[in-house]
Amino acid sequence: MHYEAGVGHIGGNLSALDAMLYLHHYVMSAEDQFVLSKGHAAGALYVTLWSRGILQESDLCSFHDEGTLLSGHPPPGRLEGIPVATGSLGHGLPMACGMALARKLKSQPGQIFCLCSDGEWQEGSNWEALIFARHHNLSNLVVLVDVNGLQGFGSTQAVASMKDLGKHLEAFGLRTRELDGHVEASLEQLNTRSVEDRWCYLLQTVKGKGISFMENRLEWHYLPLDEVSYRQALAELNS
Amino acid sequence: MRSAACNAWVNCVTDGEFLFLTGDLGYNALEPLRERLGDRFINAGVAEQNMVSVGAGLAIEGMNVWIYSIAPFCYARPFEQIRNDICQHRLPVKLVGNGGGYGYGAQGASHHALEDYGALLTLPGMRAFVPAFSVDVEEVVDRMHQIDHPGYLRLGRCEQPPDQEVEAFSPWRRLVRGGGISVIVVGPLAGPFWQHMLSMTESTRPDLWVLGELPVTDISNMPPDLLNNIVANGLCVVEEHGLQGSVGQQLAALLMGGGFAPRLFLHCYAKGYPSGTYGSQSFHRRESGLEPGQVMEALGIAP
Repeated sequence: MHYEAGVGHIGGNLSALDAMLYLHHYVMSAEDQFVLSKGHAAGALYVTLWSRGILQESDLCSFHDEGTLLSGHPPPGRLEGIPVATGSLGHGLPMACGMALARKLKSQPGQIFCLCSDGEWQEGSNWEALIFARHHNLSNLVVLVDVNGLQGFGSTQAVASMKDLGKHLEAFGLRTRELDGHVEASLEQLNTRSVEDRWCYLLQTVKGKGISFMENRLEWHYLPLDEVSYRQALAELNS
Repeated sequence: MRSAACNAWVNCVTDGEFLFLTGDLGYNALEPLRERLGDRFINAGVAEQNMVSVGAGLAIEGMNVWIYSIAPFCYARPFEQIRNDICQHRLPVKLVGNGGGYGYGAQGASHHALEDYGALLTLPGMRAFVPAFSVDVEEVVDRMHQIDHPGYLRLGRCEQPPDQEVEAFSPWRRLVRGGGISVIVVGPLAGPFWQHMLSMTESTRPDLWVLGELPVTDISNMPPDLLNNIVANGLCVVEEHGLQGSVGQQLAALLMGGGFAPRLFLHCYAKGYPSGTYGSQSFHRRESGLEPGQVMEALGIAP
């Protein structure tokens, strides 16, 4: 998709893909909703929705093309499995809080899962949302953070000293647990949480996971694939 | 107008879907609504970005959401949240900004709203309502409650002349019939103009109209009397809002596009802070040339 479209953001899609697939296939029920706050991983979400039969292959082929519904960041309003549009960081979690609060006020079932990036925690609105979630005891909200350690122009540690993110999140009322975001046996713990707590899962991930020359490389936040690198990536995946 | 709005919201609560968010404002005004709504009245605290996005999330789940704050905190701080989370999703969330224009007077520039409806009307689906008088508020709130798209309510201070009856709210209303130029005033600023013109004879005073719903996008929605008089005698637009995105700009473009050429066009708008000093709402209106006497002088009409 990204190669055909000539667009980047591949690294952050690959870091989030395994967890998104696991969540949608083995954790979420029909009443649950998923909010992708790191909207630049839209490609991974579209593939996940394709794997569930919600999107068709022809839809994926239209990614980023003229007249597509599948824009580079999740679009508003028209697609099943995408309750809210995102793309500007720091919006998904507050909207997820609103969705969770509505369910709570109306005594409706279902949980709201919200996947954020790690760099996204430099957005003040995310911390506003956590204050709100704690005050309203939104235990039907589950926060996931794709901790790949890299953002657009540096590591999260170099840009904003973020190695203590988990402690900060706990200070704002979340119970945190670190999982390996690429290992099924670790992701299984998403199904064993206590429902009375507000959970945050810090998914330890690798930016560009699965492609040797992309893994943990900053440039694959933005770079598109050229033909040579695309062929090499395919060869690695098929080997 | 806040008390009138509070009463109107109380009357709107007919089901469990109505929900009101405030950014820690409403003391000594919104208590009856808080009492009526119980857990559907939420003080979201001093966190306007989160409040607007939470409002969007609630609306996605089917709730009828109103969001309240001092005007600039309502539209300026969380503008991206309004743009992305409310308007791009076409959610029927209603924003309420108290103290439009220079309403907060000497509290200073941070509390003034001189670009609120201009900025918000750039967003898809947004309509703005500017009641002129407290008696308008119930009808305005009811109209906004019915619409299925985003809305912005600009509240101000009612300055209805004593002993004067006003007809029920509609987007266009003639307040005083006159024999000269048409003067269109936006919102509460119409009150002082109405008062001023009561002492003038019909033949010498302007034809005074108040506009209460924006944007004006279709010339056919303008009263024919008004349109004819604009062409014959000219148009003066008065508003407590900056030039860019103003009603004056909207109307000028609309009239030109429709082939209507006013004999004269004068636009009186908020100039910001020309002296660099601060004072009451009246002080700032005077500095911008928005007092009725100043506008009459600019039009060459004797007091």
